[in-house]
Amino acid sequence: MRLESLYQEVILDHYRHPHHKGLREPYDAEVHHVNPLCGDEVTLRVTLKDATGEPVVADVSYDALGCSISQASASVMSELIIGKTVPEAMGLAEEFLRLMQSKGQLEPDEEILGDGVAFAGVAKYPARIKCALLGWMAWKDATAQALEEQK
Amino acid sequence: MTLDVARIRKDFPILDRQVRDGQPLVYLDSANTSQKPRQVIERLDDFYERHNANIHRASHQLGEEATAAYEGARIKAAGFIGARDETEVVFTKNISEGINLVAYAMGNATAGQSGGSGSGRFRLGPGDEIVITEMEHHSNIVPWQLLCERTGATLRWFGVTDDGQLDLAQAGDLITERTKLVALAHQSNVLGTINPVREIADRAHAAGALVLVDAAQSVPHMPVDVQGLGADFLGFTSHKMCGPTGIGVLWGRRELLEEMPPFLGGGEMIESVWMDHSTFAPPPHKFEAGTMPIAEAAGLDAAIDYLTDVGLDAVRAHERDLIGYALDALGTVPGLRVLGPADPATRGAAISFTLEDVHPHDISQVLDEHGVAVRAGHHCAWPLHRRYGIQASTRASFYLYNTRAEVDALVDGIGQAQRFFGGD
Repeated sequence: MRLESLYQEVILDHYRHPHHKGLREPYDAEVHHVNPLCGDEVTLRVTLKDATGEPVVADVSYDALGCSISQASASVMSELIIGKTVPEAMGLAEEFLRLMQSKGQLEPDEEILGDGVAFAGVAKYPARIKCALLGWMAWKDATAQALEEQK
Repeated sequence: MTLDVARIRKDFPILDRQVRDGQPLVYLDSANTSQKPRQVIERLDDFYERHNANIHRASHQLGEEATAAYEGARIKAAGFIGARDETEVVFTKNISEGINLVAYAMGNATAGQSGGSGSGRFRLGPGDEIVITEMEHHSNIVPWQLLCERTGATLRWFGVTDDGQLDLAQAGDLITERTKLVALAHQSNVLGTINPVREIADRAHAAGALVLVDAAQSVPHMPVDVQGLGADFLGFTSHKMCGPTGIGVLWGRRELLEEMPPFLGGGEMIESVWMDHSTFAPPPHKFEAGTMPIAEAAGLDAAIDYLTDVGLDAVRAHERDLIGYALDALGTVPGLRVLGPADPATRGAAISFTLEDVHPHDISQVLDEHGVAVRAGHHCAWPLHRRYGIQASTRASFYLYNTRAEVDALVDGIGQAQRFFGGD
């Protein structure tokens, strides 16, 4: 049934056993984002390192209160972007956003988005897209602040 | 008085719809917006097909008919809530605008504007206080926050008890000679609590304060009489009472509306205009700038007729039965916690709840998949949710067209959500 296409097993797994959850020290920037529609919130920290001249996402840690979609999305995101360079991770964020805005018409590439492809079904439910994007938006904001700090 | 639900359901074409691949619609979101009976839909059609014109200024037959429809709705609304006469009824676009109208008129009075005679009692400054409650909808919080910021007045509020009542023990401390206005909901849109408006209004008046009642959740569901409540202002909105969106009512005591400076400036609200100043029409027109929602007023008129024909006592009795049935049924669900009063006699037809380990958004998604429409989130009452230590809740709200079988569908859907998310 349709419910399973929205709540794929991958999403439920990440929801029940979130990766990288919990706030960790040290960090370069911390943000707090809320979804004003439903009150879901996330506090998210990023740590960047700059080993090769290009900033790398060394860690993403977060504490989130919210629905299964927003929780699982934050978990999948941290799994995807930790260890990537910031431009690579920004590219993934763009790709995920494109998927969410596709109204369900886009076939996501598992090579690129990993477990993120499980969210393809969410794009068919306009009310839930913001849930899936909450963590990503927080990460982009925190990373922009961290980069600003480093200037 | 009993209510024939089967017959009533035939009046609402949308209730025949199927949603989400063939599920019959179970609409439990009437506190958000109600569905519309054929009688209202036909009145809107009739207005546009036969009578459409602008009001008050069109010197032709259609203009006369449109004006009669619009002003007829005002008379109907006045009678519906026990206003002294129709000049006490201001049409707004919704209740948010009605509350903002009073807040901005007070701000304008503070800035030195006058409505005609003295507007002293609307002026605010440091030391003055506005009192609201922790269970208000954002539309009865934010306008007062903004007004206090503009004027230097202080915002204070009643807390709520664990069982969803206003904490009246605070009344003596909160309502004092510093209080200029007390603004409160007649019925909470989350808890369903029906507040003791009269008791609070009497205290407020004894302290020299005015009383504004947000009746968005009560006027659609029970007989409401502005005199009996002891209100000075009372607002409600058409779309929650079987009427169209885009129109609401702010009722105010005539002498207050006369003293209040206008809110929105523009056509139709003036008496005379020069390049450097204007004088204003008497109320209610002073507060109705620009072309108003004319067809919607006709639709509201039809909605009031519809509810009057059914009888609001019968609506209330029907909903009380449903609430009692729903509270009992929800009480059997493990891990489910209902917010607000447990006694159907003291609460209205909105029931919000939380479920252990399943987020409201996820519950509502599963329910939607079964055709059951509810609302999930903070329902524009974020401070109230914080008070109970929760982010969000799921709200099922009932109206005259709902049935016990629909309560069963709700409870069944909640069980499905628990099974779906409960596994490991």
